[in-house]
Amino acid sequence: MDLFEYQARDLFAKHDVPVLAGEVIETPEAAREVTERLGGRAVVKAQVKTGGRGKAGGVKLASDPADAVEKAGQILGMDIKGHTVHKVMLAQTADIQEEYYVSFLLDRTNRTFLAMASVEGGVEIEEVAATKPEALAKIPVDAIEGVTEAKAREIAEAAKFPAELIDQISNVLVKLWDVFVKEDALLVEVNPLVKTADGTVIALDGKVSLDANADFRQPDHEALEDKAAADPLEAAAKAKNLNYVKLDGQVGIIGNGAGLVMSTLDVVAYAGEAHNNVKPANFLDIGGGASAEVMANGLEIILGDPDVKSVFVNVFGGITACDAVANGIVQALELLKSKGEDVNKPLVVRLDGNNAELGRKILTDAAHPLVQQVDTMDGAADKAAELAAK
Amino acid sequence: MAIFLTKESKVIVQGMTGSEGQKHTKRMLASGTNIVGGVNPRKAGTTVDFDGTEVPVFGGVKEAMEATGADVTVIFVPPKFTKDAVIEAVDAGIGLAVVITEGIAVHDTAYFWDYATQKGNKTRIVGPNCPGLITPGQSNAGIIPADITKPGRIGLVSKSGTLTYQMMYELRDIGFSTCVGIGGDPVIGTTHIDALKAFEADPETDLIVMIGEIGGDAEERAADFIKENVTKPVVGYVAGFTAPEGKTMGHAGAIVSGSSGTAQAKKEALEAAGVKVGKTPSETARLARERLSA
Repeated sequence: MDLFEYQARDLFAKHDVPVLAGEVIETPEAAREVTERLGGRAVVKAQVKTGGRGKAGGVKLASDPADAVEKAGQILGMDIKGHTVHKVMLAQTADIQEEYYVSFLLDRTNRTFLAMASVEGGVEIEEVAATKPEALAKIPVDAIEGVTEAKAREIAEAAKFPAELIDQISNVLVKLWDVFVKEDALLVEVNPLVKTADGTVIALDGKVSLDANADFRQPDHEALEDKAAADPLEAAAKAKNLNYVKLDGQVGIIGNGAGLVMSTLDVVAYAGEAHNNVKPANFLDIGGGASAEVMANGLEIILGDPDVKSVFVNVFGGITACDAVANGIVQALELLKSKGEDVNKPLVVRLDGNNAELGRKILTDAAHPLVQQVDTMDGAADKAAELAAK
Repeated sequence: MAIFLTKESKVIVQGMTGSEGQKHTKRMLASGTNIVGGVNPRKAGTTVDFDGTEVPVFGGVKEAMEATGADVTVIFVPPKFTKDAVIEAVDAGIGLAVVITEGIAVHDTAYFWDYATQKGNKTRIVGPNCPGLITPGQSNAGIIPADITKPGRIGLVSKSGTLTYQMMYELRDIGFSTCVGIGGDPVIGTTHIDALKAFEADPETDLIVMIGEIGGDAEERAADFIKENVTKPVVGYVAGFTAPEGKTMGHAGAIVSGSSGTAQAKKEALEAAGVKVGKTPSETARLARERLSA
């Protein structure tokens, strides 16, 4: 889960990373009081989970409380790369002399963590990496040892920070590592990390991405979720513990196992090339169990998607037996009917593997008018695409 | 001979007394795996009955190894206890630890991987978030259904569980030497490269099928490895061509970020290394058949 800047700032403050005072607001009028509290001036910053907001006009300096109200009014509601601005952060102003960059992230390739640091901050770091790779220091960080005082100095020195700042930068790095580990983050990035006129180092803007698998030990993280922005179907699926991602096609997909479902999306997209270019409407992995209830929940979400014209249920019975899956489909359709749901989209079902013949027989015997079976994944994808193109 | 797991393997199960552990221990026993014990400190000294087979429960991995000569552990403990379970297995010096558990925090996996590395990687780790591995007709360590296929001469390595099963099914008449599910998490123990290296050295494997998916650069690195080190034919499949950027597709590791981790880039890298890559699982199976009969 990616956080907003103000949430990252709050986490930084929680772990004693130096930040500027700041508050988030959702209405222009609220800017007046906050700006007064911040000393009469403020930087008004759009809160969006995308880069390039400065260029888009999403960051403005307000010289007094009335100006802050006006600037907040200009920024709230603005569209930045498809993201509507619902919140702005008002931050204390600072006299910035230098802009630097530091981050900690997972290094998948080397199965360890990585520190990155540069004295050339304030710009897209990908750009620095591409044009001036020697200006970006990359230092592996051992998961067990972490960022000690000595490691922090090593990183700061590798990035060639000015000698008089090494102590301060090292201190910031140690504190940021606390954020990274104690909050179970996958990414902690400060860009820019600034030096102000009085020589103080401050984290001015930050990006944090958290690991949802650590939620069991991070009870505070749930509150950081941006529930308002989530796609309504994705939110409904999440409430039912379904692994669902909304896409923009017309063929609803249900399958078991992440890899098989990804593969199903691909096969449907290929099949769609011959059928008016229809595409998969979603990713939905119902996992190993595939009980009637899970199947019903999944079908309910997919049938509730107005873009969906046909549904492809693709199950390989590994541990799950296909007869159980077939019963799940039959019961799910009954369940939805009894709940008064309008089930009117054709379902193409492909069952293979464990007890496939038994499963197919159950569906044949049930003879549901909307359900048809195709024995192979490719054939079923073609049929589902054809039905969606009608 | 197969790789990593044979009929000689003596297997223990960490978390055998839990519901998943019990269910799958029963299945592993039914498919011929030599299960010699379970681990649960709170139930040490007891036994668990699996349809007439009494399996003893030990207090720790080390104790279980000393008593039984176990050389493989399959880990079914819940995510929040997995790090400690793997560290215990590494400390005991067991040869192979198969981590089935799904949903482990990345910081925990990075920690136990670092720990295993510092101990000299004497314990091969497979997973986490994987279906385990099976050497058909010999042994099954994990949750792969044993009845899909039979012993044969194809080696299979895959990030995805259900695609492993799908591919075993597509080529069930030919059979497999060993099928290894390495898992779809961002940090995993055994990689495609480790399995490719072992299959290349295995006299009972004639052809290798490797299945990848979006995210990371493991497939690209495997392609480089194949180019330099693999003489046996390799057929590949990559899932996730239609996955949009920035959306995690089920597996924690399956996410395209920026221009890296796309299925297209992986396919191109593999093809440049001489690997035939199928567009679908069935086409991949067809390519494997063609290579075998060529």
